[in-house]
Amino acid sequence: MKRLDGRKPDEIRPIVMQAGVLKRAKGSAIVKLGRTTAIAGVYGPRKLHSKHQQDSNKAILKVTYNMVPFSTDERVRPGPSRRSTEISKVIREALESAICLEEFPKAVIEVQIDILQAEASTRVAALNAASIALADAGIPMKDLVSSCTAGKIEDTYILDVAGKEEDVTFCDLPVAYMPREKKITLLQMDGDLPVKDVKNVIQLAIKGCETLYERQKQALKEKWVGDLEDTAKALGLSNISGGKD
Amino acid sequence: MTEENQTEVEVKKQEKDPKLLKQDHDFVVPGDKIVTSIEYLPGRNCFRDGESVYSKRLGIVSVENHVLSVVPLAGVYNPMMGDMIIGEVEDVHTSGWFINIDTPNSAYLPLSGVRGFIRSGTDLAKIYNVGDLIYAKVISCTRQGISVSMQDPRARKLFGGKVLNISPVKVPRLIGRQGSMISLIKRKTGCNVIVGQNGVVWIQGEKDTLVTEVVNKIDREAHIEGLTDRVEKFLEANLPKGFVPKEEPKNEFDAPSEGNYENKGDDSDAY
Repeated sequence: MKRLDGRKPDEIRPIVMQAGVLKRAKGSAIVKLGRTTAIAGVYGPRKLHSKHQQDSNKAILKVTYNMVPFSTDERVRPGPSRRSTEISKVIREALESAICLEEFPKAVIEVQIDILQAEASTRVAALNAASIALADAGIPMKDLVSSCTAGKIEDTYILDVAGKEEDVTFCDLPVAYMPREKKITLLQMDGDLPVKDVKNVIQLAIKGCETLYERQKQALKEKWVGDLEDTAKALGLSNISGGKD
Repeated sequence: MTEENQTEVEVKKQEKDPKLLKQDHDFVVPGDKIVTSIEYLPGRNCFRDGESVYSKRLGIVSVENHVLSVVPLAGVYNPMMGDMIIGEVEDVHTSGWFINIDTPNSAYLPLSGVRGFIRSGTDLAKIYNVGDLIYAKVISCTRQGISVSMQDPRARKLFGGKVLNISPVKVPRLIGRQGSMISLIKRKTGCNVIVGQNGVVWIQGEKDTLVTEVVNKIDREAHIEGLTDRVEKFLEANLPKGFVPKEEPKNEFDAPSEGNYENKGDDSDAY
């Protein structure tokens, strides 16, 4: 079966991932899944001002998911909405289990995610970007979080639901996954799905997560190792000595 | 550079262990498996889960006698007991000062951490006021907070000069092995340079602009081989021919010259 955009059922849209795109943020990343584009910036860990929110045992994580006004066909009203508040919350919870928050008591780590272009599966792109940005900021984490959607059209399971598909699918199921720990940190479902299919769809989404995980690692490596190599090349050298001389 | 780091460098390079999935100097991201073996211990920025050791941060693997650690490439300063840091006085309280040392939470300098006699009822802002820079020692860092102290021969208040920030993970490279890099810069330019472990660098002297350039260069090229040679060449190329510093830069342990309220045994001079 071919899909609306000519993909195979278990094929992800073209992936672009890049770390360190924002100069002012501690860590940042941009993730494109087809035309869906998410950009994430990480600030902190820094002191949390408003002492009643501080937690003396661990840092708190603040996630803001925001769709820019020009991200969809119809202009999105700027500012928080019911939808964006909810997505911010689920993304925060998906990331919290991976970050070693207990290392920064009384602090706050802020993650700002903007959706520049939306064509389905925005929370998934946002999560992937946030995860790369957190690692890029040097924040200790037990694992990266990768995320992917899966669904079902008629009798076929499809990976990475996109564009018009979202309107015709019976079901759309985003999953966030920690590939090392093999744990799911976000699981939502839109639409109906027979019980017997749920496991298969989750499995397919996890397969997608694993593909994206490799790309996330690659994006980080490209930035950090690539940067070192570029500087070395500019100096006419080839060796990188690592942490020591 | 702390003593611990020095011994680390001197340890002989080990043979590659085929069991290691990531060798010494390899790049890792959080969650990368380094080894599956109970022979290795997780060190800094690493953790054990079951039989395997994983990286916790983005950085470069370092293998030292069966202890695995990750030298981070990014991140904020993680205070350690005994570190010398440069901080800015943020607030003056009734029994101490709050010092901003570029960590998520400010450090506290209690009255007991100041040398000399302080008469009761003294206005503490006269000793250290908001905005003053101090070079101090970290004496404790717990969940409750970070404490610093001036009870160290190197500790002092910094007057004048220029301040710049570098990534705290690059500080060991700026100091160099047994202080070789920093003493090279000081000797060649005649500037007084103090490097805080928290990545704050204080520069004072005629050639401070050049030192700023050099420090930024080190920040950029810290992980590329032959850094000392490049810095030496850079300094020679940028200093005027036959430049001789007017005076020798001060040793860290020399008593500070001005604004000193220490060694004032005489009661009448005390605050």
